[in-house]
Amino acid sequence: MVLPFYKDALSPMTAYWAILSARFRMLLQYRAAAFAGFVTQLFWGVIRVMIFSAFYRSSNAPQPMTYEEVQTYIWLGQAMLVMLPWNVDPEIRQMVRTGGVAYELLRPLDLYLLWFSRALAWRTAPTLLRAIPLFTVAWLFFGLQFPATWIAAAAWMFATLLAILLSSAISTLLSISLLWTISGEGIANLIFASVVVFSGMVIPLPLFPDWLQPAIKLLPFRGLCDVPFRIYAGHIPPSEYLHELLLQSAWTVGLIILGRWVLSRGMRRLVVQGG
Amino acid sequence: MTAIKLYFRYIAISVRSQMEYRASFLMNSLGQFLMTGIEFLGLWALFDRFGSVHGWRLPEVALLYGMVNVAFSITDAAARGFDTFGNMIKSGDFDRLLLRPRSTALQLAGQELTLRRIGRFIQGLIILIWAAAEAGINWSPAKIFLALAAIFGGSCLFFGLIVLQATLSFWTTESLEIMNTVTYGGLETAQYPLAIYRPWFRTIFIFVIPLACVNYFPALAILERADPLGMPVFWQWLSPAIGILFLMIALQIWQLGVRHYRSTGS
Repeated sequence: MVLPFYKDALSPMTAYWAILSARFRMLLQYRAAAFAGFVTQLFWGVIRVMIFSAFYRSSNAPQPMTYEEVQTYIWLGQAMLVMLPWNVDPEIRQMVRTGGVAYELLRPLDLYLLWFSRALAWRTAPTLLRAIPLFTVAWLFFGLQFPATWIAAAAWMFATLLAILLSSAISTLLSISLLWTISGEGIANLIFASVVVFSGMVIPLPLFPDWLQPAIKLLPFRGLCDVPFRIYAGHIPPSEYLHELLLQSAWTVGLIILGRWVLSRGMRRLVVQGG
Repeated sequence: MTAIKLYFRYIAISVRSQMEYRASFLMNSLGQFLMTGIEFLGLWALFDRFGSVHGWRLPEVALLYGMVNVAFSITDAAARGFDTFGNMIKSGDFDRLLLRPRSTALQLAGQELTLRRIGRFIQGLIILIWAAAEAGINWSPAKIFLALAAIFGGSCLFFGLIVLQATLSFWTTESLEIMNTVTYGGLETAQYPLAIYRPWFRTIFIFVIPLACVNYFPALAILERADPLGMPVFWQWLSPAIGILFLMIALQIWQLGVRHYRSTGS
């Protein structure tokens, strides 16, 4: 794919970095949307905390997580919500629909890395805009606690970085699926449904019934929220950090490889409509 | 009368155009069915862990859940025209509606009946039927009527909220996402008994956005539960009418907005 002419002009890595940072800066412009998102997430957080507090008050049985841990987990979820791979990149959808995807193929770049860079920017910039004010307000007023220990804080940051990469890999896979489904809404809905539940966004994963836990552990989605959140809250002990982080990395690499393979299959059968 | 006939003409056209994309309709409906179903999975898991919340068991909470979701799905399908109204203001397309000798509200309501919302509708209905059978309710004709009235009142209330959201865009030109918070936040809130929330929060959902009137209070009457908030029984039976009142007020405010409207000129 890489033409010799361009190879000299621009090293590929610089190109992806340029795309990433350009998209990132563009997405940072959507401040009004971020503010609306912030208010929404704050409101949701308040509702959810009240609901969980009611459940905890209704039962004396020992639970797999304390109420304080759940509270922190919920607020982290509200702060990181837009980081989830929950929708299809609208511009890529447009490209596939109009045939503009042909131009993407003409670029002297690796299409997977190109789309992955877009996804990475798309997952980080809006998250940063919302997460920082939400963290602050939730800390000050709504019972979000500080990380359990300094080691937990460091491990949490590392796990969050991995979660963003994992999310981008799933996002890119969703974009690629457009080559088959065109509209993508149906598939995106299905993936989103599984992501929301099995990442821990609906209820903290340890609260699911015990018999469901092995199945939850087999899925990659817990690496998006559950693992970083529980590290933060001190619910995962330091002895398990390495194992969890390795698992997260393995899923990310696996999904990237899968994405690349699916994309190459898609390219072989791609028919661009003229006009 | 001609207005109603015209409305059904609009709806027939909308349905036919959506049926042109049958596969996409099926995929979308199925997607929505599974998504809302999975939300319920979360609810179920919580009850599996905790047993009950404030003395409410799962089937009883499922009654709240089913009623509010069925009500919302009907509105979500019928109010699409108002939902996307912000774009219409931005593009100036609203001018065309003003030229026609019919009310703007009718034309917007008739713009689309979004069929794929049937996913949420069916999911809510299944939960509702399950709850009706499992919650140990003494069903009587009056109670069935009350349940239907609560659903109807709920649809009206959500419709009113979406009309208010659209009305705001007369002033802001943007459609405000924040209003979605109220709609979806209200939907989530109404799925649990009102008594679990803090008092300031309850006040909002009784007096400002009276969702409790079309869901929680009628459900208390249907379940014959004592109200910890101390509202009288006749109120539980009358409260769905508040939803209709809410929509009527919203439509009046809409008229105000239409009078205030100035085209963007694009």
